[in-house]
Amino acid sequence: MRSRWWSVAAGALGLALVASGCGGGGRDGGESQVEVFSWWTGGGEEAGLNALIEMYEDQNPDVEFVNAAVAGGSGTNAQAVLEGRLQSQDPPDSFQGHAGAELQDYIEAGYLQPLDDFFDEQGLHEALPDQLVEQISYEGSVYSVPVNIHRSNVLWYNPSVLEEAGVDGPPETLDELIDALEAVEAETDAIPMAVGAQWTVDHLLESVLLGSLGTEAYNALWEPGADWDTPEMAEALATFEEVMAYTQEESAAEDWQEAARRVSDGEAAFNIMGDWAAGYFDELGAIPEEDYAWAASPGTEGTYMWLSDSFTLPVGAPHEEHARTWLELVASQEGQDTFNPLKGSIPAREDAEPAHYADNPYLESALAEWQSDPQLAGSFWHGVTVGNRWKNDIDTAVGLYLQNEDLDALNEALHQAAQTE
Amino acid sequence: MSEPTTRPGAASGGTGPPRPTRPRHGSRGARLLTRVRSWLPSLLLVSPSILLLGLFVYGMIGWNTRLALSDQHRPIDEGSFVGLDNFVALWQEARWPAAVNNAIVFTVVFVGGALLLGWLLGLLLDKGIRGEPVFRTLFLAPMAVSFIATGVVWRWLMNPAPVERATGLNALFVQFNLDFLVNTWWTAPDFGMAAMALPAIWQLSGYVMALFLAGFRGVPEELREAARVDGCSEWGVYWHVVMPQLRPVTLSAVIIIGHMSLKVFDLIIAIAGQQIVADVPAVYMWSTVFEVRDPAKGATIASYLLVAVAVFVIPYLVWTMRKERSEGR
Repeated sequence: MRSRWWSVAAGALGLALVASGCGGGGRDGGESQVEVFSWWTGGGEEAGLNALIEMYEDQNPDVEFVNAAVAGGSGTNAQAVLEGRLQSQDPPDSFQGHAGAELQDYIEAGYLQPLDDFFDEQGLHEALPDQLVEQISYEGSVYSVPVNIHRSNVLWYNPSVLEEAGVDGPPETLDELIDALEAVEAETDAIPMAVGAQWTVDHLLESVLLGSLGTEAYNALWEPGADWDTPEMAEALATFEEVMAYTQEESAAEDWQEAARRVSDGEAAFNIMGDWAAGYFDELGAIPEEDYAWAASPGTEGTYMWLSDSFTLPVGAPHEEHARTWLELVASQEGQDTFNPLKGSIPAREDAEPAHYADNPYLESALAEWQSDPQLAGSFWHGVTVGNRWKNDIDTAVGLYLQNEDLDALNEALHQAAQTE
Repeated sequence: MSEPTTRPGAASGGTGPPRPTRPRHGSRGARLLTRVRSWLPSLLLVSPSILLLGLFVYGMIGWNTRLALSDQHRPIDEGSFVGLDNFVALWQEARWPAAVNNAIVFTVVFVGGALLLGWLLGLLLDKGIRGEPVFRTLFLAPMAVSFIATGVVWRWLMNPAPVERATGLNALFVQFNLDFLVNTWWTAPDFGMAAMALPAIWQLSGYVMALFLAGFRGVPEELREAARVDGCSEWGVYWHVVMPQLRPVTLSAVIIIGHMSLKVFDLIIAIAGQQIVADVPAVYMWSTVFEVRDPAKGATIASYLLVAVAVFVIPYLVWTMRKERSEGR
C-alpha cells in the first residue's frame, strides 16, 4: 500500500515537472492594447516617454498602453530581451532603436515592416531633412520613425580654465585644439582633455575623423569596402593620437559622466561628448556659459553629427492599427515638442516650435542650428552609419590601440573592418 | 515452491480452480513486481531531472557544439558544417589571444592567492585563536556578497588615478607617504589582470579557509599527538602529518576556485565594463552573441570555455572515482 502511494506520488510529481517545463503560456493578442518596448526607464528619457504615453491615452481612451521598458545602460539589456522576443516571433507592437544601420540586422532578418507608405501619409518627407531620410534608408526604404535628434560632435569646455590657460574661446580647428591642449597642460593643473572608458574614446575618434576629413569624406567612409588606408586617414589618426596624449591616466576607470563632470567642476578643460551631457550638467546644477560652455567639436562647424531614437513597426505586431496611431503620435509636431524638451533633445522635424525649448540655453541653440539647414553626418558609434558587427570591430581596434598604442595597427584594423562589411 | 512448475496443465486448462495458478504468478511475477516496486518510484522521482538535465545541459552542449562547427555567422543564416574552422580562426584575431592571456593571468593569481590566503587563515584559526567563531564568520562573510557588489566597491578602491588626484587605495598610499606604491591597478596593459584578481581573492579566500579548517579538524588528534611524542616540532606536525592529509581538500579548492575563475564575467563587467584592457573569454562571448549577433563564433568561444572548465573538472572526477573504487565503496 505504502509503496503504491509512493509510485503514484512520484509519477504525479514527474508529470507536473514535465508539464511545467514544457508548457508555455501563449500571449493573447485579442484585447485592445498597444505594447511599446524601449530602454527608457530613468531621468528625462522616462519623463518624456511618460508624457507621450499620457497623450496617447488621452487621444485613444479605448486602448490600453503597455509600457514594456527594460532598464539597463544604453539599452544593452533591452536589446538582448528584444532579440529573444523577435526570434520567438513574439514582437511588441513597436520598439525603440537607434535610427540607421543599427537596425540593419533586424531589417535583414525580416523583423521590420517598411514605413514608406506611412512617411507619405504623414508628410514626413517634407517635415524631416532630406539628408536625414536618406541616411536612415536601407535599400531605398525607411523602417523607423525618428522622434528626436541628438548631436554627437559637441565640444564642452570650461571657460575659466580656458581663460587661465590664456586660450580665447573654443578652438575651431583641430590644430587650434592641440595648441589649446598644450596651453592648458602648461599653464594650469587641469586635465586638458577628459575622456572616460573605451567607448568614450570611440566617441572622440568619430569627432576627430569628422573634423579632420570633412563631412563628405567622413560620410564616404561608411560605404561598404571604403578605403581607410589613405594619407588623409593616417593624418586624422595622427591627430587623434596627439589629442589622446592630453587625456587623463585614469580614464579607463571612468564613464562619460565623470569625464563631463570634470569639465563643469573645472578639473578639466575640454570634453567631447554627445549633447546628453547638457542634461547631466543641469542635474549637477552647473550654470551654462559659466561652469560649462559648448561649441561644435573642432573642424566640424556647420555639420551636425547626429543620432536619433526612433520607433519601428515589427512584422507581426499583434495590434498593428494601434501601433500605427502610436507612430503617428511620435512623428507629429505636437508629440515631438512634448517629448523632446523633457528628454533633453531636439525634434527630428524641422518645423518644431522653438518656444518649447527656450528655457534651456543648450537646446535653444541646438534647435536653431538644426533648423538652419546644417550638413548632416551620421554618428558611427551610436549606430547610424554602421551595423553592430562593424561597430564592434572598430571598438576592438580602438581598445587594442589603447593598450599597445600602435597607430599603424589601428589604421590597418579600421581598414580591415571596412573591407569585411 | 516447486509445486506450480510441476503442474503446468492446471493453468492452461482454464477450467481449474484459480487457487493453484496464484502461487505460480506469485513466485516469478510477484518477484518482478516487487523489484519494479522498489525501483520504479525512485526512477519516476529522478526521471524528470534526468530528462531536464539531458535536454537542457547535455542537449544544449550538443547544440552549441553543432553551432560552433557551422558557419552560421548571422542569426538568419542557415549555416553549414565547416569543421573546426571557427576554432582555428579565433586564434588569428588580435582580441582572442589577449582575452585568453588575461584569463590565464587572472586564474593563476586568483587561484594561487585564494589558496595561500585561505590556507594561512585556516592555519591561524586551527592554532586556536580567541573568538574563533567571530573570525570564521568575518572571513566567510565576503562570500555572501555578489561579484557585482564586490566589483563596485573595488572599482573605487582600485582607482588608477595618479598621485595628484589619487582616490581609493592610491589615496591611502599617498596619505602614508607611500607614493611609490601608487599604481594603475587593473588598467595596466600587461599585468592589470593580476590586480583584477584581488577582489576575487578577497571574496573567496574565506571559503577556502573554511575548507582547510574542516580539513585540519578532520586530522585525528592522536596522529598529531603521536608525531609530537616522536619529537616533531609544531611546524613539523603540520608539514609532515597534517598537510599530506589535506590533499583532497586542496584539490577541491583548486577545482572550485579554478572553474569560477575561468568563467569570470560579472566581476569584470562591474569593474571595467567592456574594455579590451580587461577582456576575458566570457565577456567576449557575451558581446559576440548579444551585440555582434554571431551565433557560430559565440558558440565557438563557449566551447573553448567548456573545454577549459573540463580540464579542471574531469581529472577531479576521475580521481574521485578511482579513489572511491580503491576504497571499496
